[in-house]
Amino acid sequence: MPRSIRASGWGHSMAETYGRELRRAGADANSPVRRLVLLLRRYPLGAAGAFILTVFVLAAIFADAITWLDPLRTNAPEKLMVPGGKHWFGSDVMGRDIYSRIVFGARISLAVSLGATTLGSVLGVAVGLASGYLGGTFDLCVQRVMDVLQALPLLVLALVTSAALGPSLTNTVIAIAIPMIPASARVIRSNTLALREAAFIEAAQVQGMSEWRIAIRHILPNTVAPLIVLATAQLGSAILTEASLSFLGLGIPEPAPSWGRMLSESAAEYMRTAPWLVIFPGAAISLMVFGTNLLGDALRDILDPRQRG
Amino acid sequence: MTPVLQVEDLKKHYPVKSGFLRRTTGTVFAVDGVSFSIAPGETLGLVGESGCGKSTVARTVMRLVEPTSGRIVVEGTDIAGLSKAALRPFRREMQMVFQDPFSSLNPRMSAGDIVREPLLVHNVASGREADERVAALFAQVGLRPGQMGNFPHQFSGGQRQRISIARALALNPRLIVADEPVSALDVSIQAQVINLLMDLQRDQGLAYLFIAHDLAVVEHISHKVAVMYLGRIVEYADKTSLYRRPQHPYTEALLSAVPVPDPKLKRRKRLLEGDVPSPMRPPPGCAFHTRCPYAEARCKVEAPVLRELAPGHVAACHLR
Repeated sequence: MPRSIRASGWGHSMAETYGRELRRAGADANSPVRRLVLLLRRYPLGAAGAFILTVFVLAAIFADAITWLDPLRTNAPEKLMVPGGKHWFGSDVMGRDIYSRIVFGARISLAVSLGATTLGSVLGVAVGLASGYLGGTFDLCVQRVMDVLQALPLLVLALVTSAALGPSLTNTVIAIAIPMIPASARVIRSNTLALREAAFIEAAQVQGMSEWRIAIRHILPNTVAPLIVLATAQLGSAILTEASLSFLGLGIPEPAPSWGRMLSESAAEYMRTAPWLVIFPGAAISLMVFGTNLLGDALRDILDPRQRG
Repeated sequence: MTPVLQVEDLKKHYPVKSGFLRRTTGTVFAVDGVSFSIAPGETLGLVGESGCGKSTVARTVMRLVEPTSGRIVVEGTDIAGLSKAALRPFRREMQMVFQDPFSSLNPRMSAGDIVREPLLVHNVASGREADERVAALFAQVGLRPGQMGNFPHQFSGGQRQRISIARALALNPRLIVADEPVSALDVSIQAQVINLLMDLQRDQGLAYLFIAHDLAVVEHISHKVAVMYLGRIVEYADKTSLYRRPQHPYTEALLSAVPVPDPKLKRRKRLLEGDVPSPMRPPPGCAFHTRCPYAEARCKVEAPVLRELAPGHVAACHLR
């Protein structure tokens, strides 16, 4: 380190120089378009995942504009039509257009999976952070409740909850979110436990920072990466759970198009005679789960400053 | 002059719990009656083997761990029993630099934010004013203010320790507790950081509680030196006096283990035998008698107290 910097004090001209350096350092960070282009180039798979999800989101938003048949209207003469012509993806046993149902189904799948994952993660973070940071008896009690929740398989718990609440979109979201709490609570708690001992937490305590502020400013940001990865995995299983619930009549009530129910209804009977009834909803589910996973992996890398270089 | 920090009979005992009922089955006497004081602008070096309680002293003084008993006097107030809220104003007077420059900086915060944080916590400055203050601190510790936006992983170990020092300086403290601040660094970098600390002391009249196990480093930076063994101070003196005429056999042995960069020089090494006894069961009498080459019968029963053997030079040994 050049001796001169230390020796030469804090003169006016130096202040100007530092001001300029400050602006230059800030200028790079303040160009979102350039940063986005850089990110896309660096994470092509993540970009593909984002693209897939964007297509689904756009389809869900503009569902009315990109379809020409009512997804709910039955049409007996046109039942079980082969894909092509008027029915791009064919039609089901009641003559409903598969393409329209897939497009409108994206709304339900996105609403349920995003809703349930967000709700589950927010509750899980709150529980995990409090449990890990406060420790002691509180931690012990909370963790035993989490044990109980986790002992039941996701589907079984969601089944019981939605049976108790009754079938509706909101209740399905709640029913899927609750079994997701333990996983994110565990991840956050174990991270919190490890971070609580880190020297930078002690440094914050030495500064006289409040526990609450330490938890929010220092611990939470360091647990974001595993949470994102977990949330994207949960996004996929939320879609599948919704499908299973709907199949059992406990998810989204009947006429509304749900990919899961479309798939489950036809899997046994029509797999051989009309495979398009299975292939298209199945492909939609797989593609969406695949997209969330690609995006999740890229987000994990992007959110970790050590990967930024 | 009133000392910036005065520690009186500080004790930190950890209960050892075991079994299903978590019964206390023993006690670790990590720090067992330590007293010292640090004058403004002075450096007290605290040395000793691993596990002798040096770091516990630092952490207790900073109230990162609660003292079992004893007084920690800052600005005329005993902070040992203060609540977190009452402690806050005293936090500005004393800050800490940690050993590991990798784990002591939050990897998700930029260097500038790390140094800015104490200013925000204590409402000292915000916005542009804080930016300028942080830039000034960066310059003070020999970093470029242009590096403020960088993250800790983009810095070398020495630079990270400079960030850590800048963070400690942000609140203009009178005392910095440095817990092995250079032992994780390369030797050439150690010298730079030590020189930085000494320059800061000269310019700002900072006092240091400097903890280290490297006696050469301690000799270079300290005004006074305290030697710890098993949770107690066994010798406490001016640097010159302690290094020239060590009184306690333990200090003698420590000093004879310091490498001297002269291959021709033949030295009589007093290598200690055996290990440090467990701080759970410190030996009766003088805690050092199990390894002391001069130990006599009375050392095994009677615990020596610190006695002034020369002006300003105290040691706890029956035989001097």
